[in-house]
Amino acid sequence: MSDLAQNQKADREPLFSKKNKKLVTDPLTDNNPVTIQVLGICSALAITVQVKQGVVMGLAVIFVVALGNFIISALRNLIPSRIRIIVQLVVVASLVIIVDQLLAAFMPDVSEQLSVFVGLIITNCIIMGRFEAFAMANKPWPSFLDGIGNGLGYAGLLVLVAVFRELFGSGTLYGFPIFGDYITGSGLYSMGYVNNNLMILPPMALIIVGIIIWVQRSRNKSLQEEH
Amino acid sequence: MKFLEKIVHKHEPKFAKGGKLEKWNPIFESFTTLVFTPAHTTKKGSHIRDGVDLKRTMMLVIVALIPCLLFGIYNTGHYELVAEMGDRSLPYLDQFWSKVGAGAFVVLPLLVVSYGVGLTVEFVFGVIKGHSLHEGFLVSGMLIPLVMPADVPLWMVAVATVFAVVIGKEIFGGTGMNIVNVALTARAFLFFAYPTSMSGDNVWMAGKEVDGFTGSTALGDLATFTSDKMMVAGSEVVEGTSQAAISAFENSYSMMDSFVGMIPGSVGETSVIACLAGAALLLFTGIGSMRIILSFVIGGFAGGLLMNAIGSNPYMDLPAAHHLLIGGFAFGCVFMATDPVTASQTAFGKIIYGFVGGLLAILIRVLNPAYPEGVMLAILFMNIMAPIIDHYVVQANVKRRLKRLKTA
Repeated sequence: MSDLAQNQKADREPLFSKKNKKLVTDPLTDNNPVTIQVLGICSALAITVQVKQGVVMGLAVIFVVALGNFIISALRNLIPSRIRIIVQLVVVASLVIIVDQLLAAFMPDVSEQLSVFVGLIITNCIIMGRFEAFAMANKPWPSFLDGIGNGLGYAGLLVLVAVFRELFGSGTLYGFPIFGDYITGSGLYSMGYVNNNLMILPPMALIIVGIIIWVQRSRNKSLQEEH
Repeated sequence: MKFLEKIVHKHEPKFAKGGKLEKWNPIFESFTTLVFTPAHTTKKGSHIRDGVDLKRTMMLVIVALIPCLLFGIYNTGHYELVAEMGDRSLPYLDQFWSKVGAGAFVVLPLLVVSYGVGLTVEFVFGVIKGHSLHEGFLVSGMLIPLVMPADVPLWMVAVATVFAVVIGKEIFGGTGMNIVNVALTARAFLFFAYPTSMSGDNVWMAGKEVDGFTGSTALGDLATFTSDKMMVAGSEVVEGTSQAAISAFENSYSMMDSFVGMIPGSVGETSVIACLAGAALLLFTGIGSMRIILSFVIGGFAGGLLMNAIGSNPYMDLPAAHHLLIGGFAFGCVFMATDPVTASQTAFGKIIYGFVGGLLAILIRVLNPAYPEGVMLAILFMNIMAPIIDHYVVQANVKRRLKRLKTA
C-alpha cells in the first residue's frame, strides 16, 4: 500500500516541468491562437483601436480561459459527453458574467467602450477550442497553464495590433499623446503630420494581423504550408 | 551606348551566380534589361505571338499616359494661378508658360516621389526574394501621381505608394499576381486614411485659402445638390428647382469644359480628350481591351439614365452624358479598368466586368455623396469580382458544350 503511494508520488512531475512550461510558452509564439490557429479574429478586429481596450480585453480572456480550463478539467470525468458543450457554455458564461460585472463596477468607462464584446467572450473560439482540445483530456494544473498560455498569446497579439492602430490612428499610446496634441496642432502635427483614419477602421486591423502572420511565417519556415 | 554596353558586359560576371555581387543581381539585371532589351524581336516566318513583352507593353502604356500628364500639368498650373488670384474668370489660355511652370512645379515632385518610393520597395523585395525586378511599377508609378489631388502632401503620396506596392502587389507575389489595381489601391488608401487631404474645399487649389472662394471639384459641387443648401463654384447658393441647379452647374462646368478638361480635379484625370488619345493608342496596339472600355462607358451611361428616370433630386437629374465627362470616369475607364492583370480574362466576362463597373461607378457617386470617388470604388470592387465572373463564364461554356455533346 505504501509502495503504491510512493510510486504515485514519484510519478508526479514538478509544477513547472519542461512540459508544463511549454504549455505556457508555445501559444505565445509558434502556436499562437490568433496567428497560427486563426481563432478569435473577430474581437481582435473590433477592440484593438486603443491599447487600453486591448489590455483589458486580454486580461478578461486570460481570466476566463485559465479558470474555465481549470474548472472543466476538474469536472472532466463527471461531464457526460453528450451534454459537454452545454456544461462548457455554462462555465464560460458564469465566468464572463463575473468579468463583466467587475468591469462595470471598477472600470465603467472601459466597460462602456468594450460594450458587447465582453459578453461575446463566450463565443470566442479560443475558449471553447481549449476546453474541447485540452481541458477535457488533461489534468487541472496543466489545463490551467494551457489557459494562461493561450490567453497570453491572444492578449499579446491584441496589444501588438492595438499599439500600431492607436499610435498611427490616434497618435497616442495607452491614452498618452506621443506625436503632440492633435487638436491644438503641436509637436509633429505642426509639421503637417496627420493621423491615419484608415487605422481606426476595422479593415486595417485585419491587414495588420495579416502582416504579423506574414512576418512570423517568413521567419519560421516550419509554419509555412506546402502548396 | 556602345561604351555603356561594354561596361555592362565587363561587370556581368560579378553579378552572375557565384559572383561577388550575386545578391545584387536583381538590381543589375533590371537596369541592363531596361536599357538594352528587349533585344529579341520577331524576324521571319510565322509566329503565334510577336515580340511584345512586359516591358514593351508597359512602355506603350506610359506613352499613352503622356497626353494626360502634359494636360494635367497645364491644368494644375491654371488652377494654381486661379487660386493665387482668387479669380475663376481667368482666361484658360492666358499666361501659358507661367502656368506650365507652376503646374510642373507641383506635378513633377509627385512623379519623383511616386517612382522613387515605389521602385525602392520593388528593389527591396527583389533583393530579399532573389527574383528579378518586375516592370509592373513603371505604369503604376505614372498612374499614382495622375490620380492624386495636386496639393496632396508628398509624404502622404510616399506612404500610400508603400502601402499600395506592399499590400496591393508584393504580398500576392508581385507583378502579374495582384488582385487589385495598384494605383487605385494607393488612392483608396489616401481616401480612407486622410480624407481631409483628398476631398473637400481646401484640396483642389494648392491649399491656398482665398476669401469667398471655394475650390471644390465638379463632383464636390454636385454632392451638395442632395442637401438643402446647394452650392456651385463661386460660393453662390442656388435655390429653387433642380432645373435651376443644373443650369447653374452647367454654367460652371459646361459639357465642353469637362470634355476638354478645363475643370479642377485630380492631376491627370480631367481631360477626356487626353484620355481618348491614350485610349486610341492602347486600342491600336491591342493592349487595352475594346470590350471593357465600351461596356464601361455603356454601363456608366445606363447608370446615368437610370438615375434620370428616378430623378428625386438635382444630382439624379444631371444629364447622363455629363456623368461620363467628370470625376475621372474616362481616365478610370481607359487606364484603370483595362488593367490586364486585374480585369476579367474571358471575352464575355470583360463585357460584364465593364458594364457593371460603369453602372456601379455612377450609382455610388450619385447615391452616396460621401463617396464621390464612385469610379475608383467601382473599379476596385470589380477587380475583386473579376475572378468570380470569369469562373462563371467558363462554367457556362463548359455546360453549354456538355449539352451539345449529349444531344449529338
